[in-house]
This record gives sequence, structure tokens and C-alpha cells, in this order.
Amino acid sequence: MDTLLRLEDLTMHYKTKAGWVQAIDNVSFSLHRGQSLGLVGESGCGKTSVAMSIMRLLPYNAKLVKGRVLFGGHDLYTLSDEEVRQLRWKEVAMIFQAAMNSLNPVYSVGNQIVEAIVTHEPETGEDEARERVKSLFELVGIPKERMDHYPHEYSGGMKQRAVIAMALACNPSLIIADEPTTALDVIVQDKILREIEEIRRTINMSMIYISHDVSVIAEVSDIVGVMYAGRLLELGPADDVFKRPKNPYTYSLMNAYPSILGEKHDLVTIPGEPPNLLDPPTGCRFHPRCDWATKECREVEPAWREITKGHYLACHNPVRTEHGTAHNKTARRAPGKGGDGIGTSGGN
Amino acid sequence: MALPAATESKDVILEVSNLSKYYPVNQGFFTRQKSLLHAVDNVSFQVNRGEVLGLVGESGCGKTTTGRLIVRLATPTSGRILIEDTDVAEIKGQDMMEFRQKVQMIFQDPYESLDPRMTIFDIVAEPLNVNGIGTFEEREAQVEEMLSLVGLAPPSAFLFRFPHELSGGQRQRVAIARALVVRPSFVVADEPTSMLDVSIRTGIMKLMAQLREDLGISYLYITHDLAVARYLCDRIAVMYLGKIVELGNSEDIVKRPLHPYTKALISAVPVPDPAIDRPLPNIKGGVSKPIDPKPRCRFYDRCPESADSCAEAENPELRDIGGGHLVACHLL
Ligand SMILES: Nc1ncnc2c1ncn2[C@@H]1O[C@H](COP(=O)(O)OP(=O)(O)OP(=O)(O)O)[C@@H](O)[C@H]1O
Ligand SMILES: Nc1ncnc2c1ncn2[C@@H]1O[C@H](COP(=O)(O)OP(=O)(O)O)[C@@H](O)[C@H]1O
Ligand code: SF4
Ligand code: SF4
Ligand SMILES: [Mg+2]
Ligand SMILES: [Mg+2]
Repeated sequence: MDTLLRLEDLTMHYKTKAGWVQAIDNVSFSLHRGQSLGLVGESGCGKTSVAMSIMRLLPYNAKLVKGRVLFGGHDLYTLSDEEVRQLRWKEVAMIFQAAMNSLNPVYSVGNQIVEAIVTHEPETGEDEARERVKSLFELVGIPKERMDHYPHEYSGGMKQRAVIAMALACNPSLIIADEPTTALDVIVQDKILREIEEIRRTINMSMIYISHDVSVIAEVSDIVGVMYAGRLLELGPADDVFKRPKNPYTYSLMNAYPSILGEKHDLVTIPGEPPNLLDPPTGCRFHPRCDWATKECREVEPAWREITKGHYLACHNPVRTEHGTAHNKTARRAPGKGGDGIGTSGGN
Repeated sequence: MALPAATESKDVILEVSNLSKYYPVNQGFFTRQKSLLHAVDNVSFQVNRGEVLGLVGESGCGKTTTGRLIVRLATPTSGRILIEDTDVAEIKGQDMMEFRQKVQMIFQDPYESLDPRMTIFDIVAEPLNVNGIGTFEEREAQVEEMLSLVGLAPPSAFLFRFPHELSGGQRQRVAIARALVVRPSFVVADEPTSMLDVSIRTGIMKLMAQLREDLGISYLYITHDLAVARYLCDRIAVMYLGKIVELGNSEDIVKRPLHPYTKALISAVPVPDPAIDRPLPNIKGGVSKPIDPKPRCRFYDRCPESADSCAEAENPELRDIGGGHLVACHLL
């Protein structure tokens, strides 16, 4: 298969007054051309940091401690700034978290995208760029007459579409979308995600979707990676990870989420909060909150290994039960913990 | 509480009748003509004691406005709100104190609703101070008890911190503690979990369900997340452009929606199963604003099932089609 992006043992820390924040620790994965990866995890677990590392857009206080980011075979961190600028937008584009607020209020939306195109492709003339913006608007479902309108004349959903059009402007091979629809209503979210997916399939583009919403990730991802406290705990084909989660954190996350599907079942609470990354727990970073934790988990960092084809895991005591439709979540939980809760007595 | 026999066995804590709130808006620079935005338009519903009623719908449909009217942060254009048989519009003087204690609102944004210069203790104790409840020692004890109840334990670790020293989830718990410390009987909770992570969110959902059991609180729970509403609410009311279009038991709304809008809304909710290929929601266009709306059905422009007669007819009334399931649609 044609590997487009590959992270090898990526480790990145932020320097702060209180010390080093260990935001990314030994993250490795590969993404093929045309494939979509969904990254899920709680707030602060390092999703945005991974995205920024791939864009090489890290803030000044970030330090690449170890590892490589290979894009199309090139090690991003050995390229010159100029070479990276060439790659950005034309090869990798990003839709930033809360991007709909990032449009410049004093320029029309169309002009901002035209500007982005001519900046990144000096060989493209302004008229040609305008024509391209028209077809991009059509692609993302904004009437092209709205090109010359200003951001404040757009609704939230339209602004988000404009930002997607901007990301698509230079035909990148990969788009990273950080919480692209979190602030939007479900009907708008549904439309936008369908549009992105259709475009992705049509032009064989790769996507990395970042979200804390497992339902959104389930719908758009070919492969799913679960992050916790700066580490990947599990990564594999979406069907596999959702149906047969192996890491207890993945398992809990899948069952902590309310759904409109099926019978109402007990929601699992994951006790406690994610750790402080200034001083992360020893061994498996999830061990203080894990019902499956053993002595080994507290002392030894679990290795990142491939358990079945394309399904990677870091865990000393993988979950064995199937995540079926019965949602019998208490089956493997330690006595006296979790499993209680709302849902069973709800309704009238 | 003495109830007239007609209300049957149900003990109604909140009764909203024909409630409307119109805001004057300027249409363009050159016209002097005032238009009216119908934020809430002739809405009626009840909440029973100990019940959680969910209010769901797209952004701008009037959920927060409805909540603000109930807690008297805004004044209705018309209509009536009764809480425990007292007309909210007529509360004055000393009774206002009691009302402010009995009825609380938890706000949409945990980042903006807490005063950044106050300690957690001061924030949670403030409603007690304002209402002159208890001695200092008693207040201290109540604040500590409330913090433990919302899972901020041990309270001593939080009392003297400031909001920016807490995570989003912890801040939201502080907001809940503050609303509940005066032992309200009715709480309007506006999206209290929407910007939180699942693990924290589930914790807060469970907390609210628990407090309802323990303290007998009734809630109006505002959200646009139908999956959350399904879990937390006994009944769900669906709003569209200022109107309630459907109201019924949560499971009925989620599993057997009847109104064309509710059907579209439910079918747009993403599902946590990659194997399911969710069909395209059946709805046209995008949401607009209810400025000087036509008297017909508000959903007409986007309705995939509309009949020619819907264009001419008045806006359909919400009516019971059996089993307490209410729908506003001419074709049902
Ligand atoms: N003070 C105001 N002046 C003018 N219009 C207002 C005012 N407050 C609200 N509106 C309008 O009333 C309508 C309903 O607003 P409301 O805040 O109740 O929506 P909501 O359902 O809570 O939305 P969201 O899900 O985004 O919180 C919107 O069109 C809004 O723009
Ligand atoms: N510029 C920065 N300086 C210091 N710490 C940071 C910076 N950006 C992020 N962090 C920290 O790095 C960790 C991961 O953050 P982030 O990548 O934003 O997570 P996510 O996107 O999953 O919410 C968090 O502990 C966060 O507080
Ligand atoms: S390694 Fe141990 S602590 Fe970590 S997830 Fe697996 S069982 Fe839990
Ligand atoms: S009344 Fe007519 S337009 Fe309105 S929801 Fe029913 S079918 Fe659609
Ligand atoms: Mg982020
Ligand atoms: Mg609101």
C-alpha cells in the first residue's frame, strides 16, 4: 500500500514555568493515501499537539524530543522552513479547532481563499484562483454569489464550509481537521461531514479527523486511534476497534457515551481525571483510573505492538469480551467499581 | 399543596401557558420599520414535580430564551408562567427573595458564568449570603457539603482556589453546586455538559440524576444533544423557530418521532457504530431566523412532507395524538 504519512516514536514536550509538559510520548502510526484516521481522546490528551507536529506548526516552547514525521517519504523535521512552507497547504492542510472564528472579518470570504491560493501557488493568477474558489464553493455547498460577502454575513455552518473550502484550495493529499463540527448543530454537522467524505473519496485524499465525540469518529474513520495522556493506547480498523476494543480505556470510552441507538444501557463513568502531564504516572499512564490495572501496569510501560493485522495495542491486560449490542458493560469490571448509574431507571 | 381535582394525580411544579417573547430588530439601515423576531412564540408546557423535561432543538430556536423567561431574567411579551401555582410575573418584594432561592438556572458556558476574581467558596456561598441564609459556620458547612455532593472532594482542596485553576468539568460542577446550595425546587440547566469531555459529562449527568432522586429537584434541561436528552430526561420537547413542534416520553421521541422536523433531527445524530450506514436526513435548506414569520407552519420551507394545504393553513397547534404524545402538524 501507498503510505502517505508515518509517525515514528514521536515524542514532543512543551516547556512551561512549572516544568516540561510531556504532551506526546512515543506515538507511531501510518496513514495510507486515501485513508481516513480518527483520533479520539479526552481534552488535553495531545490530539491537537499531534496535528501541529504533523503541520510543523508547533509553538516556540515546544521541543521535539525524539522520533520522526515522514510525509511522502520526507522527514519533515529535516526539511528547511521554505520546503515545509511548500508542503503546507499544497500537500497537508489543516482545519483548525474553532476555525470558523478564524476568518478575517475585514476581507470577503472569497478573497481570503483567493489570497491563500496565490500565496501558496505563485504560478496561479488571480482570475484563475477566483474560478477555482467558485468551484470550491460549489463543492462545499455555498452559493457562489456569496463569495464577496464578509464572514459576519455567514452562519456558523457556512463559515465552517468556507474554512473547508480553504483547506481544499491547493488540492492537498492530506487534510487534518481538528474538531471540525463540534460547535455545529447535528443537521449541519451531518451535511458537512458527508460533504468532506464525498470529496475525500472522489479525489482520493487522506484525512485525519480529531474529535472527542466517538460517534462522529465512528462514522467517518477507516482507522481509529485512541489517545490518552500523550500516548496512543490503541489503533486499528474502525470496525475492529469499535466492536472488539482491547484496551480498557477504549472499552470504557465506548460505553461512557450516550447513544440514541438500541436499548438504553448503563453509562460507564471513568473515575477521576486525566493526569497532569508535567508528572505523568509511571508504567501505563492510564493505570490510576483503570479497573484492570495490576502491579505490572504500575511499573512497566506496556509495549506498542500489532495484535492482529493493522490493529495495534499498548496494554498488559487486554479486554477479552466482545463489545456486542447487548452492552453488558459490567461483565469485566472489578467488584464494587463503576457500572452503576443512570439509564436503567430512566424514562417513565 | 392543595391541588384542584382536575390536575389528577400529577403534581405540576411549572406551568407555562401561551408564552411568547418577541425582540424588536432593525431590518437594514434605511428602513425605520421595526420587525419582530419571534424568539419564543406561544409556547405551552408543564413540568411535573421530580421530573426532568428536556428542551431540544437547533441553535437559535429559543431554548435559552425560554429558560431565561422562566427564571425571570427576561420579561415575556405575553403569556403566563406559574411555578408552584405562583404567577412569576407578579412576584414582588420579599417574595422575590424566596423565588430567587427556589428557582435556579445553570448557564450554558462554564467559562463565563463564574466570576474569575472570586474563590470557589465565595462563588458557592454567594446565593446563601444574598438570601441571608444561616450563620457563617452554617454556610461554610453547607458549601462543603455541596462541593462533596458534586464530587469536588475533599472540599478543602477546592475552597480557596479560583475558577481558572480548575478544569472545565470542575468549573461546571462549581456552577451546579452554586445553583443547588440553596436547595431549589426547580432548576433550568442550559447545556450544562455540552462542552465537556465524555467521562466528565457522564459524571455530571449521573450527578444531576442523583440529585434529582436525593433532593427531589425538577429540571428543565436544555440541550441540542438528543443522546444526552434521552438519558437524562423523562420527556422531551422539540423546538423549532420559537415553537414546540413535538413533546412526548423520551423513548417515544427518540425511537418513534412523528413530526417531520423531529424525524430529521433524530436521523442526523451520529451513531457510535461504524457498521451502520445512516441514511440521509430528510430535510431541505438551512435554518433561518423567525423574523416576522408567516402565520403558517414554521417548518414549511424545510418540510419534506408538506402538502399544498400547509402553505395556506394557520400554524398547526400542538395536540395530543394519544398517550401524552403531542405533535404540531396538519398531516398527523
Ligand atoms: N436579546 C436579544 N435580542 C434580540 N434577539 C435575541 C436576543 N436574545 C436572543 N435573540 C434571538 O432569539 C432567538 C432564540 O435565541 P436563544 O438564545 O433562545 O436560542 P437557543 O435555542 O438557546 O440557541 P443555542 O442552542 O445557540 O444556545 C435567536 O434567533 C436569537 O438570535
Ligand atoms: N503551547 C503550549 N505550552 C504548554 N503546554 C501546552 C501547549 N499546548 C498544549 N499544551 C499541553 O499539552 C497537552 C496536550 O494538549 P493538546 O494537544 O491541546 O490536547 P487535545 O488537543 O487532545 O485537547 C495538554 O496538557 C496541554 O495543556
Ligand atoms: S496496561 Fe494495565 S493499566 Fe494500562 S490499560 Fe492495560 S490494564 Fe489498564
Ligand atoms: S404542517 Fe405541513 S409543513 Fe408543517 S410539518 Fe406538518 S406537513 Fe410539514
Ligand atoms: Mg484540541
Ligand atoms: Mg442557548
